[in-house]
Amino acid sequence: MTNIINPVVVLGGLGLLFGVLLSIASKVFVVEVDPKVEDVLNALPGANCGACGYPGCAGCAVAIAQGKAPVTACTIGGQKVAENVADIMGVNAAQMDRNVAAVLCQGDCDKAKDKYVYQGLQDCRIQATLAGGQKECSYGCLGCGSCFDVCEFNAIRMINGIAVINKENCTACNKCVEICPKKIIEMVPYDSTAIVKCKSEDPGKLVRGYCSTGCIGCQICVKNCPTEAFSFENNLARINYEKCINCLVCVEKCPTNAIDNSSIVSEEFAREFAS
Amino acid sequence: MEMSLFAIMVSTILVNNYVFARFLGICPFLGVSNKMETATGMGFAVTFVTTLASIITYIIQNTILNTLGLQYLQTIVFILVIASLVQFVELALKKISPGLYSAMGVFLPLITTNCMVLGVAILNIQEGFTLLQTTVNAVGASLGFFLALILISALREKMDIADIPEALAGFPITLIAAGLMSIAFTGFAGLV
Repeated sequence: MTNIINPVVVLGGLGLLFGVLLSIASKVFVVEVDPKVEDVLNALPGANCGACGYPGCAGCAVAIAQGKAPVTACTIGGQKVAENVADIMGVNAAQMDRNVAAVLCQGDCDKAKDKYVYQGLQDCRIQATLAGGQKECSYGCLGCGSCFDVCEFNAIRMINGIAVINKENCTACNKCVEICPKKIIEMVPYDSTAIVKCKSEDPGKLVRGYCSTGCIGCQICVKNCPTEAFSFENNLARINYEKCINCLVCVEKCPTNAIDNSSIVSEEFAREFAS
Repeated sequence: MEMSLFAIMVSTILVNNYVFARFLGICPFLGVSNKMETATGMGFAVTFVTTLASIITYIIQNTILNTLGLQYLQTIVFILVIASLVQFVELALKKISPGLYSAMGVFLPLITTNCMVLGVAILNIQEGFTLLQTTVNAVGASLGFFLALILISALREKMDIADIPEALAGFPITLIAAGLMSIAFTGFAGLV
């Protein structure tokens, strides 16, 4: 009988002993965790995309609970998540300024000239190392679709050699902004319709030579804007989205259509995203 | 003849290195050797757990198991000890040093399944060591593991930026490097 009892007692006893010791240890070494952290974490999407700038949703939840990050810190969750988080934190969620990514280049295969024919790996970062890319314009979209590859939200398509972004699908996760070697993808307010879609800082004469839709520095937009939202520096018109009232005078007046009305989408665009 | 403590130390670090000569603890050896930083963290954690586990299992073996003639319970009891110890270390570390805790991350609980910890504990008993010798052997074994981890992670950091044929890049070249390193360590044979 002891053959059975001894091992059972020893093993059970040791297990019990360690169990008791561990439970005592967990009481002794207890770490106070703010209950808000868990609530906030549950309210967040849990995608761990890192767009907020914290290491995953858990990191973001800690920062929000400690007040280091605003309740609107989660960019991909949008207004709904912000409201839930605000409830937990006991504050009012301010109307969230939704930003979306925009490709600031319209130089597709028809409008922009090439300097050589690129036949290497289909990656913008590689193409950019070869004399700045195949386009004559050293600022424009290279069209290999690196941004398309990193987009997890089905918001980017390559149409006629340049990237276009569907702002309805964009969650402002910033991945395309980071990967673009030409830095032509920027965050713009969702509500803004007039966007200067050119980044070329070359003089107007040069721009006219290689692209039919680039900013040539005529400053017509600067002169015509009723709210003085435009400024002009380094041969390029820049728009201050806070001053812009979306009157679209600039879009009408721009001789090269470098200022785009982003609320109008082309047929091809609609077809691409419908599929 | 009783081995001197120094001989045990040299033997377990170089001659009978637990990774290169006894092939124990291969999983963390390959899994967490990508970067020098994580390798160092893992090395420290394993050193701590192995040493403590060896001492506790030695005491349990000699006071409980041997007196009751329950040597066949060795494996399961030792695993119980190691698992509890790892859990305890995790709890304590979380309280005492949250920085170190988050640096080690998932590697801490992974030590539970590190066969080197169990291997050292069982071999201590098989070799008939005294408590002092057990401690020295455990420290030596962990240092040997530490050494192996540091060596391979240093190599892997270099190999990451080296121009390696596509078929070999990544894991294959790591296994080849580990094999060559193991062969190199046989050069220490006969030292003790």
